[in-house]
Amino acid sequence: MSVIILLLIVSICIASGFLIAFLWSVKDGQMDDDTSPAQRILFDNNKINKP
Amino acid sequence: MNLDKFSYDNKLPRLFAIACIFWGATGMLLGVIAAFQLAFPILNFSEYFPHLTFGRLRPVHTNAVIFAFVGNAIFTGVYYSIPRLLKTPMWSEKLGKIHFWGWQFIIVCAAVSLLMGFTTGKEYAELEWPIDIMITLIWVVFGFNMFGTILTRRERHLYVAIWFFIGSWVTVALLHIVNSFEIPVSFMKSYSWYAGVQDALVQWWYGHNAVAFFLTTPFLGLMYYFLPKAADRPVYSYRLSIVHFWSLIFLYIWAGPHHLLYTALPDWAQSLGTVFSIMLILPSWGGMLNGLFTLRGAWDKVREDPVLKFFVVAVTCYGMSTFEGPMMSLKNVNAISHYSDWTVAHVHIGALGWNGFLAFGMMYWLIPRLYKTKLYSVKLASTHFWIGTLGILLYAIPMYWSAFRSYFMMKAFTPEGQLQYEFIDIVQTIIPFYIMRAVGGTIFLIGVFIMIYNLIKTAKAGVFQTQEDAEAAPLTKAYRAPSNAIWHSFLERKPLLLLTLSLLVVGIGGIVEMVPTFLVKENIPTISSVKPYSPLELQGRDIYIREGCYNCHSQMIRPFRYEVKRYGEYSKAGEYVYDHPFQWGSKRTGPDLARIGGKYGDAWHFNHMLEPTSMAPGSIMPSYPSLFENNIEINSTRSKIHAMRKMGVPYPDGYEAIANNDLQKQAKEIAYKLKKDNDISIPNNKEILAIIAYLQRVGKDIKLEKH
Repeated sequence: MSVIILLLIVSICIASGFLIAFLWSVKDGQMDDDTSPAQRILFDNNKINKP
Repeated sequence: MNLDKFSYDNKLPRLFAIACIFWGATGMLLGVIAAFQLAFPILNFSEYFPHLTFGRLRPVHTNAVIFAFVGNAIFTGVYYSIPRLLKTPMWSEKLGKIHFWGWQFIIVCAAVSLLMGFTTGKEYAELEWPIDIMITLIWVVFGFNMFGTILTRRERHLYVAIWFFIGSWVTVALLHIVNSFEIPVSFMKSYSWYAGVQDALVQWWYGHNAVAFFLTTPFLGLMYYFLPKAADRPVYSYRLSIVHFWSLIFLYIWAGPHHLLYTALPDWAQSLGTVFSIMLILPSWGGMLNGLFTLRGAWDKVREDPVLKFFVVAVTCYGMSTFEGPMMSLKNVNAISHYSDWTVAHVHIGALGWNGFLAFGMMYWLIPRLYKTKLYSVKLASTHFWIGTLGILLYAIPMYWSAFRSYFMMKAFTPEGQLQYEFIDIVQTIIPFYIMRAVGGTIFLIGVFIMIYNLIKTAKAGVFQTQEDAEAAPLTKAYRAPSNAIWHSFLERKPLLLLTLSLLVVGIGGIVEMVPTFLVKENIPTISSVKPYSPLELQGRDIYIREGCYNCHSQMIRPFRYEVKRYGEYSKAGEYVYDHPFQWGSKRTGPDLARIGGKYGDAWHFNHMLEPTSMAPGSIMPSYPSLFENNIEINSTRSKIHAMRKMGVPYPDGYEAIANNDLQKQAKEIAYKLKKDNDISIPNNKEILAIIAYLQRVGKDIKLEKH
């Protein structure tokens, strides 16, 4: 069952990659504002929603 | 402040959308044909040509729906939403074109090669090694284009949908590479590097995460973009969507072992899979509720707008599947659901409901906007919605019913302690359910054709907008939170992406070095009576793989009384050490074959392959007349033995050179015995002899030890 080691290594690699990305996103302030990003994607709606 | 002027490209989203709909209809049509084949075996047409039998058609169906339909839907959404979210055109239009045409070329190669019988025999990863390499290259092209766009963005904040796309890209890349380690034997034939239990574990680690990171997370990205857009209101809780992403991404990769409950996998790994699967309910349902609550106060719009109707059912199906999945990971539930039609129902709630309806809703929203016009007919779209929903129900309910029906029949014993039903009785009982399911699928497909008509009419009424002009301020030096920690400043100096990617590259490099050593060592048999396949059996096994027998037959007997009584001694891990690839299967449309060796005579197999109903009245297996005409491919024996030994199968040195002598000798013996005992004449070089040799060998190595 040693292949499980391989899968653990790969899974941990993926997970730590995501952990780094997560830490970056916190530090970068990606999560400081949790209201306006959701609103912002709708700004161009007036233009495109009425074809 | 100066505003940059630029434009968003609509040509690639349109191309991907067309490809998505075209391959979607094709893949679903193949699914309908395959569904009818199960009820009416004559539709296999195997007397005329061997390419359309169920065993070859089903992989084309699954691959087409997953990688062609869903894949192109993802790319449509990505190429449309990312530029708009980041206020910049895609990084490179040329890479985008290479991505598009490369992906379509891969799809065509995949369909043709699978129908021709070129397959690795690992579910959802059936494509042979040259196609695997093409997939890797095109995936890298896609990644370059996506990350290039992200790095040149004008919007500092990465909207949650983009996180979902990034997570999907990274994980799919790694899954594909790890699961595709294989040794090429010839141009279109390879053996999986892993064997038996190990191969099974890697395969289902891949299989589960393919569902997670190809069918789920990218579509969640689409949901978080297109649902708020269509409802014209922000997502219910942006904070929840961020929690949804990060918790999902950290939990998903550990759940794979739940596909291997009651097998030879160590217990702790099985439990790990179960625990993480149960934990997955939380983020999944958080996401579902987030999607549905986005429509709070807007349910009147749902009544009017078919796009929102599709999205509501899609998100609901996401919730249903992600509740059902964890339940199926419980051992006691899995005992019922595994190998049964329950799994089929489960994946189709996901594929038809979640993926299908989300993609359809996206198309109904997108196409009118690309053509700057209104949807041709809202009424037709609503009709599609109702027909599609009916199709899903008609598909799923018979499958659930059939799963329980067959489970209760499988485990029924007479008072004397004998099995009450033969396998064939169970097959006969569930044929009506197969028919209902096929009708449900047909109805769903009719809905798709209604959509195609509606969208073509829409496109004709409008004018295609090749691009959409936009303007935005350039990205200024961003605010950064003050930081004292050392690794913080380290991260700051290095571009994050480079770090992540290099970490992955290092990881892969290390693994490539380590794998051969510990895998080959592992293959020293733990059961002394288990021997490598003879050359004829090996060729027979490759025919078994080519014909996709694993699509209907498992080779893994679980330790239950009703399975041991029906099929024989339960399977041991040590029996599979020479199986490159493993052939455990995931669905028992026909009986398990792990102990088929010696169960019947050679003549039984001979007649059964020629006409299954002659030996098993009521069987729905296709006949395989081509096996009686094709010659055994003896030219490949040499390289096959060579490749096997490279992976640690203990054939003696120099055996390649004389392997064909043994092969011919064994084939001659079988042919001679058929002639002598049953008066059946067959030339010594036909494929049927190889498949008989293989089937008579399966599971026999340890039989004598036990009984």
